[in-house]
Amino acid sequence: MIFQNFIWAITLTGMGLVTFGFIYIIAQVGHPLGADVLDRSGRRTSIARRWLFAALLTLFAGLTWATLHSFPIPQQNEPLAAAQIVDVTGRQWSWQMSLQGQAPGSALQLQTGSPVEFRVTSADVNHGFAIYAPDGRIAIQTQAMPGFTNKILYTFTAPGKYKVMCLEYCGLGHAPMTTAFDVVAPTGG
Amino acid sequence: MTALTMYPQDEKLTGGERTAFNLYIISAVTLFVLMMLIGVIMRMAQGTWLNVAPDMFYRLLSMHGAGMVGTMGMVTTAVMWFFLRKYVTLHLWAFVANFVLFLLGALSIIGAIFVGHYAALWTFLYPLPVHPMGLWTPGAAALFMIGYLLIGVGMLLFYLDAAAGIIRKYGNLGRGLGLQWLFGGTIDPNHPKAVVASTMVIIANSLGILAGAVVLAMCLINIVYPDMAMNALVAKNLIYWFGHMYINATIYMGVMAVYELLPRYSGRPYPITRPFLWSWAASCVFVIIVFPHHLLMDYAEPRWLAITGQIVSYGAGFPVFLISAWGALTNIHRSGMRWAMPSRLLILSMFGWAAGIVPAIVDGTIRVNEVMHNTQWVPGHFHFYLLLGVLPMALALMYHVVGSLRSAPRDSGADRLGFPIFLLGGLIFTMAFLDAGRMSVARRMATHLPQWLPTDHAGAIGALLVLLAMIYFALRISAGLLRASADAGTAHAAG
Repeated sequence: MIFQNFIWAITLTGMGLVTFGFIYIIAQVGHPLGADVLDRSGRRTSIARRWLFAALLTLFAGLTWATLHSFPIPQQNEPLAAAQIVDVTGRQWSWQMSLQGQAPGSALQLQTGSPVEFRVTSADVNHGFAIYAPDGRIAIQTQAMPGFTNKILYTFTAPGKYKVMCLEYCGLGHAPMTTAFDVVAPTGG
Repeated sequence: MTALTMYPQDEKLTGGERTAFNLYIISAVTLFVLMMLIGVIMRMAQGTWLNVAPDMFYRLLSMHGAGMVGTMGMVTTAVMWFFLRKYVTLHLWAFVANFVLFLLGALSIIGAIFVGHYAALWTFLYPLPVHPMGLWTPGAAALFMIGYLLIGVGMLLFYLDAAAGIIRKYGNLGRGLGLQWLFGGTIDPNHPKAVVASTMVIIANSLGILAGAVVLAMCLINIVYPDMAMNALVAKNLIYWFGHMYINATIYMGVMAVYELLPRYSGRPYPITRPFLWSWAASCVFVIIVFPHHLLMDYAEPRWLAITGQIVSYGAGFPVFLISAWGALTNIHRSGMRWAMPSRLLILSMFGWAAGIVPAIVDGTIRVNEVMHNTQWVPGHFHFYLLLGVLPMALALMYHVVGSLRSAPRDSGADRLGFPIFLLGGLIFTMAFLDAGRMSVARRMATHLPQWLPTDHAGAIGALLVLLAMIYFALRISAGLLRASADAGTAHAAG
């Protein structure tokens, strides 16, 4: 399943549960309870809230462990030992990308199956370095910030034409600030 | 405990108070209409239904962002003032000074954008304001920032006056927040929820505004002395600390309308409880330290800050779901709820907040943020809880005050039509943003790829419906308030 669709499904489920809760309660409005029933209902509500607290705590603790035990952002202050290293510089309003070891001026071409380290910085203002997969969805991104180098470690699994777009507003030429590169399957054994 | 009198005497607006309140509200609804109109234009331009040049588009985007955030801050300050003045002494001059400074700030911002062509958005993300590539002058950027400073000074003045009032009455801010009852003791059932919420807002948003003032002052110095440059990451932290706190404070100021008004319409008391006090104490901490979730894609940021951003984003869900939304639903469950515009809007506001926080929490997950950051997912979730959450809180108070003139809540046929149009339009508009986020549509772009246009079109239609409803609300509320002013000599109706 495409990751974004998975996120969408989770979100719709959560929002749907909230919606259902509101509709359920609103549907009961207009049928007032007596004082004694109201008191019992209050106690039940209090117990239900504790269960909801426990459920949310468990959910959030589980999500925290599931999403952070393998930290999604690579170490920034130590070598990443990637076979392919790409230096990226954003500037108003273009991208400069070069694969270390590749002749200057040649078209950028990366390989599937082995990690690529992108070293991303900016020559002027904040930019957003986002890699769009051939299906039009974002594969990975980071900020391109003047004075800092943000490192992405990403392994391409599918060959194709990947597009880079700027995701941090940077002035008039923000939208057309794009480039592209090819990802191919490795040749030979 | 909140009284169940529909229009209590201590809420009556006297001459000067009424004038000030009307100025706030009529300015706010007018600005909301204008900013929504800009929003509709931008969505239509993205969908290629309107031809707007990119430079104008980014000016409009700057105006829409600054205008909406500022207006939301202004109108929810009126909500806070309206209720807090019942419990502590507030000086009208501070409330009026805030409004005057807001107007001066707004004029500066409008001048910077439409005369000086400033277009570095409401976030003024350093160093973009000083890298305009010839589109605007340093003077325009400085004028924009001075506008922010004026608005911030006004709000701080109001907060200082409110803090002084709370301290005079309760001894210190901690007692206003109810910290003395967190671990035991008998909670004073008459301790007002509005005081608890106001104290939290004063603490948190004063810090946020001060952070904003620091970075604005540094930016202004940089404009005058370009060699005195800033660390871009430090500036970004300060900007988002300020920005996040400022806009979130609007929720916490607006929700006072729910606490105060909902029990009057449900006919059931809404008592203050220990979980309620815990939730506000927790929110006070969370809202101050949650801002790093805006910088999850700044990998140079210390790792512990990113982890803090994610965990606190999750933690912020507890007070919303367990206390505010749950409390409101419990209050109306099997009640003899009196359905009218204020009560409809109050329930909508809690729904908008609770449902809108779901995509926000999801996006606070670093792994999710890697594919959703700066896509239209972001305006999707914040429009959800601002448009369908905070705005209805403020509208509910406005309708309630208008209703007080005739001793009855407003609920005409036109109101009953306007409400579903607003709701339907709001849902279409926000869900189109979220769906666009799913498809990786970038936010803040003047021009869109052909495959992105369907969600732009859906969003534009939703925005148009919202605008139509808001025009009606604005006319209805303005006319009602002005009529109330004309009849101010008549007795204040008691419910």
